[in-house]
Amino acid sequence: MAFITANWNPLGEAFYRKIELYEMGWSLRDGLKECLVAAAPYGGPIALLRQPQRPSSSARPQLEIYSSSGVNMASFPEVVQNQVLEAKVFHSPYGTGVAIVTGASRFTLATNIDDLKLRRLPEVPGLQGAPSCWAVLTQDRQTKVLLANGADLYILDNTSCTPVTPPGLSPQACSIVNMAVSFSYKYLALFTDSGHLWMGSANFKDKLSEVDTKVRTPPKQMVWCRRPKSQQPSVVIMWDRLLLVAGECTDTIQYTLDEESVCVAELDGVRIVGGSRHELLQEVPSACQDIFKIASMAPGALLLEAHKEYEKSSQKADEYLREIKEQSVLGEAVRQCVEAAGYEHEPETQKTLLRAASFGKCFLSNYPPEPFVSMCRDLKVLNSVRDYTVGIPLTHTQYKQMTVQVLIDRLVYRKLYPLAIEICRYLKTPEYQGVSRVLKHWACCKVQQKEEPDESIAHAVSVKLGEAAGISYSEIAARAYECGRTELAIKLLEFEPRSGEQVPLLLKMKRSQLALSKAIESGDTDLVYTVVTYLKNEMNRGDFFMTLRNQPVALSLYRQFCKHQEQDTLKDLFNQDDDHQELGNFYVKASYKEKKLEARLSLLQSAVDEYNKARNEFAAKATEEEMKLLRFQRRLDEEKGEALLGLSLQETLHALLTSNFHKQAEQLYRDFRVPDKRYWWLKLTALAEKDDWEEMEKFAKSKKSPIGYLVCCLYNLYTKPFVEVCVKQHNKYEAKKYVSKVTPEQKVKAHLAIGDLEGAAEAAIERRSEGEISTVLSRCSPTTDRALLERLNRARSTAAKK
Amino acid sequence: MAHSVRRDAPELPDFSLLKRLARDQLIYLLEQLPGRKDLFIEADLMSPLDRIANVITLKQHDVDKLYKVEYKPIVSTSDQLCFLIRPRIKTVKWICDVVNTDKAFGRFRRYKIIFSPQKFYACENLLEEQGIFGDVTTDEWSFYLLPLDDDIISLELPEFFRDNFLEGDQRWVRTAGSALHLLHSVYGPFSKVYGIGRCSKMAYESWREQVEEGEQRARQAEIGNVFLIDRDVDLVTPLCSQVVYEGLVDDIFRIKCGCVEFGPDVTSSDKSIKVMLNSQDKVFNEIRNEHFSQVFGFLSQKARNLQTAYDKRSGMDIKQMKTFVSEELKGLKQEHRLLSLHIGASESMMKKKTKQDFQELLKTEHSLLEGFEIRECISYIEEHINRQVSMVESMRLLCLLSLTENGLLPKDYRSLKAQFLQSYGIDHLLTFSNLKQLGLLVEQQPGETLTVMESRVGKLVNDKTAGKLTDAFSSLSKKSNFRALGRRLNLVPKSDEEYDLRVPRDMAYIFSGAYIPLSCKLIEQVLERDGWTGLEEVTRMLNGHEFAVTGSNGSDARVKTDSQRIILVMFLGGCTFSEISALRFLGREKGLKFIVVTTAITNSARLLESMLDNHA
Repeated sequence: MAFITANWNPLGEAFYRKIELYEMGWSLRDGLKECLVAAAPYGGPIALLRQPQRPSSSARPQLEIYSSSGVNMASFPEVVQNQVLEAKVFHSPYGTGVAIVTGASRFTLATNIDDLKLRRLPEVPGLQGAPSCWAVLTQDRQTKVLLANGADLYILDNTSCTPVTPPGLSPQACSIVNMAVSFSYKYLALFTDSGHLWMGSANFKDKLSEVDTKVRTPPKQMVWCRRPKSQQPSVVIMWDRLLLVAGECTDTIQYTLDEESVCVAELDGVRIVGGSRHELLQEVPSACQDIFKIASMAPGALLLEAHKEYEKSSQKADEYLREIKEQSVLGEAVRQCVEAAGYEHEPETQKTLLRAASFGKCFLSNYPPEPFVSMCRDLKVLNSVRDYTVGIPLTHTQYKQMTVQVLIDRLVYRKLYPLAIEICRYLKTPEYQGVSRVLKHWACCKVQQKEEPDESIAHAVSVKLGEAAGISYSEIAARAYECGRTELAIKLLEFEPRSGEQVPLLLKMKRSQLALSKAIESGDTDLVYTVVTYLKNEMNRGDFFMTLRNQPVALSLYRQFCKHQEQDTLKDLFNQDDDHQELGNFYVKASYKEKKLEARLSLLQSAVDEYNKARNEFAAKATEEEMKLLRFQRRLDEEKGEALLGLSLQETLHALLTSNFHKQAEQLYRDFRVPDKRYWWLKLTALAEKDDWEEMEKFAKSKKSPIGYLVCCLYNLYTKPFVEVCVKQHNKYEAKKYVSKVTPEQKVKAHLAIGDLEGAAEAAIERRSEGEISTVLSRCSPTTDRALLERLNRARSTAAKK
Repeated sequence: MAHSVRRDAPELPDFSLLKRLARDQLIYLLEQLPGRKDLFIEADLMSPLDRIANVITLKQHDVDKLYKVEYKPIVSTSDQLCFLIRPRIKTVKWICDVVNTDKAFGRFRRYKIIFSPQKFYACENLLEEQGIFGDVTTDEWSFYLLPLDDDIISLELPEFFRDNFLEGDQRWVRTAGSALHLLHSVYGPFSKVYGIGRCSKMAYESWREQVEEGEQRARQAEIGNVFLIDRDVDLVTPLCSQVVYEGLVDDIFRIKCGCVEFGPDVTSSDKSIKVMLNSQDKVFNEIRNEHFSQVFGFLSQKARNLQTAYDKRSGMDIKQMKTFVSEELKGLKQEHRLLSLHIGASESMMKKKTKQDFQELLKTEHSLLEGFEIRECISYIEEHINRQVSMVESMRLLCLLSLTENGLLPKDYRSLKAQFLQSYGIDHLLTFSNLKQLGLLVEQQPGETLTVMESRVGKLVNDKTAGKLTDAFSSLSKKSNFRALGRRLNLVPKSDEEYDLRVPRDMAYIFSGAYIPLSCKLIEQVLERDGWTGLEEVTRMLNGHEFAVTGSNGSDARVKTDSQRIILVMFLGGCTFSEISALRFLGREKGLKFIVVTTAITNSARLLESMLDNHA
């Protein structure tokens, strides 16, 4: 504990510290000598390209990727080098970008390597070969290149090349030999051949400071070392044996380097990777400073002290506590301890601080527990990924910036599935974003294991993923298919509960039949339709129709489509199915649209043929009759100038009868075997409409009774309608003529219909029917028909007595 | 009329929220096409739209002129055209023509198509085929549900019945699922879902899928159980003449989107009046569920009460008069206006319906339902056809005959069809083909072969391969079994008992005591039994596809909160006002409240007209 400040170095008001992260696990014969090194930020992995000893050697150099602790993760043969002189990787709002400078002194950049769009920047006037130094800047969502050619500085953007001058750069300098842009692209540092370090804002508006390093050799590397809320931002400059930290003040911190090293800029410090060690250089965060600075009286420091005494069971603990409480800064003290714990790398120190915080918390009544709890969680996660075997030296600040999601992603990409799942479970990440996602990645990786048989992979996947929510089996299957394992893909698709999800991949795999059944299963007609359209284009017509035939849902859907869009296809479809009934219907429908009679008749004839084939005699006969009727109508239209074409049989008869073509009507009546009842009804209506009462009387008297009908039935029939027809035409006088012919049962009704109350009463009384008497009674008015009422009432009581 | 309304009948959820949601989304969509624009609206979306956003609202959001889609070349001069349509091929094709005409004339406009309630791949495909996919933007207005009244919500999709049950086109099933999902996410979670019918089952599954995809929030449930039913489970009920006031108004005047147009014969003036028919209309609210024979008595009583209220004035001093005028008079006048309208409507209906032939028609219907004097019924129908009384009515009677008798005898089948064709035109040959396919009008099959086939079909239906049933099989399985069902469920009360329509004893009152609607009886039975146990025989006769699933909050279903007594009934393929009246009656009896969700309000005429396949 006492030595916590041992590695602290003051720089102006602030302190800087260098912590050892790892002893490197790699075995490099010559350290990093002769090596090209690059490292990803946020504790990312390190890439190493060993320069060949002899350039002529035939062995191609290997590009090796190591974790931050020096554990080999992957290696591949080096990519072919071309005309690129130098490349720089940068981070833009659009993703990770790359900028290169070519042999022809031209800059080209791509702002997002996942969506590679190369942009060539304009030429720099007077630049021959590589510039003395350059850097990539991102300002106002635009990516620019800042370069130095001797003492001149230029900014290159998409369209132009603008010379710039940093304010207050000391005039001794005649060339800028190195430059560095801060992690946030806000600050710029320039190193001149006179050994001066200029620091200022990247937009060249302000100057922070200028430090004379007194070293004139061009540095090997220069990076910013800042942290959010930095008190003393600084630049780390590295030469062969020297590491220098220079800030706003004139002082510098100097470290000697005993091996080849590389600096990696981070959000809150600089990582120094050497052949045997990996260190982190950063400004000591103020919370740590307050607590650990020698003789600090900050609340956190006092609390730590109090807890220390408490552990020793000394009453001094109380004194310290009282002091804090008197100033009422206990809350602040706890907060400081919690915060500082986050900045400490050593688990022991973290624990000490957290215990102190927890101790302090006991004396507070309403201190919110969340910060403490979440810090404990975060540290547990961080310590587990900082582990040597994992080798991700994330700081708490970086972790918060990067988010858990990204950390999980990185673990997943490194195939550290168990750890990733454990972290998800520990942090209670929702399954969909957490465990399920990891498992999906695992499964996608699993399906690529070529040596394992389909069966066992499918089984393993289903067992592992069975319980997890929100797993998309179709994605895993898609991956399997990409690896050329179609069978496995189909097996995996079987696990997909949503059949709709299976369809696109099945189509891609050309399993169209299966896709169709799955689409139908999903109940999503849009999906069915998609597959149908696809099949239509993929298959020949015969096969396509056959496929549809086995899938009624798809068939109906396609029929609906054809009805609106492709009438002819519809016909083919029915033809293929030998569906003569539907074909007949199709022709009938087509005949409606046909204006010309001949064409119409021929369509109807086709319909008749189809109906015959379908053994639908009824429809065939009806259609034949329709043809007969059409022909008849045409003839009559031509001969008599009537407009009958297209009328129904009944309408035709009616038209004929009202136009006095009785002979033709008779003919139709016979030809089409119109039932007698109907014919008489028609004739009566027509005659009544024309007020042709004479003809009607004649017709009624003609005893043209059809054979096979009972006389009484007939009687009933042709008289009752007579009355109604006449009444309808308001011809009560005519109607009365027929009342006498009505059957006894209907007499009352008939009398009532023509408004003859007395007649009705007479008939009702005669029949002694209580119901009928009541009916008549209800129509009598008590004032005018008094005599009738009395008679009826009397008759009713006698009828009732019976 | 005296109703034993249980005092603790639960409050219905507030469905006006659905309207607000729809309106906000529509406004948002309109704003996606900034600037002034002309709006073309599909004809059958006009009334529903009117319930959501009136012309003023539309104008406020930069809509310049409103047009009805008429499938003709357009005359608009606007640079921006917006089309609000149903996802129908015909309409999209028309839009393609509009756009292509503009192109041919070198005219540049911006086009936006808003599909309601959703777009179909086939529509977009058509845009692509016509080469205008890039010229138009498309959007979806998820306007699934239109609350017509406190307890009626309609999807306003009249084509659902034909598309789904006749053409086998299942595209609307997902729409139904989405509608259910919307209700679930606003008023759920549901505690139990029952259903019967293939379409219901698919809609249920579609809904479940959508629930699983979305996130779930724990809410206070406002709806307890849900019952889904396919229209083709019960085709008899919608084919019967309606005699309950609201149903009768629909049969005669056709209620459109909760609104009816009373002609001069009702208003006793020379112009027609449009009236909203819902619970806001105090007079209507009291008579809507009554048997027609009771309505006149009620209305005259009401008129007398109103007169008394008016008469109060006579003994008033100035101050009382002032309060009377300011507080009561307006209400009384309003009531007076409504009362005279309904009296006019009743008179007009009386004229049409109480004539001899209506009584005979009802008598025939009742005979058919009871199953006696069938020969007399057939000759009545024959005469009906011969006299060309009404095409749809004749067809209705034919279908009713076929459904109740399990098909017509081959001889009758032929002769009635032949007469029908002679009367109403040969083009109804295709209509008959449709009726046959749907099982509405079929020929009786010789006994033995049918049972063999039936058992085979039965097996298939229970199998998972049900989807693979060919048309032939499914039409065979569409045997209605009405008689057996009627006996089993006691649908037809004994006719010798007097039925007091003033104090109805069961749901049969909606058909003058002659028949309890099968659909409503099923709902009653399932709710009573809390499932389908004991109804195995019935479901077998109805071709199965029944289900009962306990929802996510099934565990606390035992706690009888108010919402547990609110039952949502969804009719896939439409329901009639009579059925709604029957359910309201059932609700009063059992202390429940029913909310009816339907793809559309239907009646016998609408149902049969959707089957027509003649010239028009």
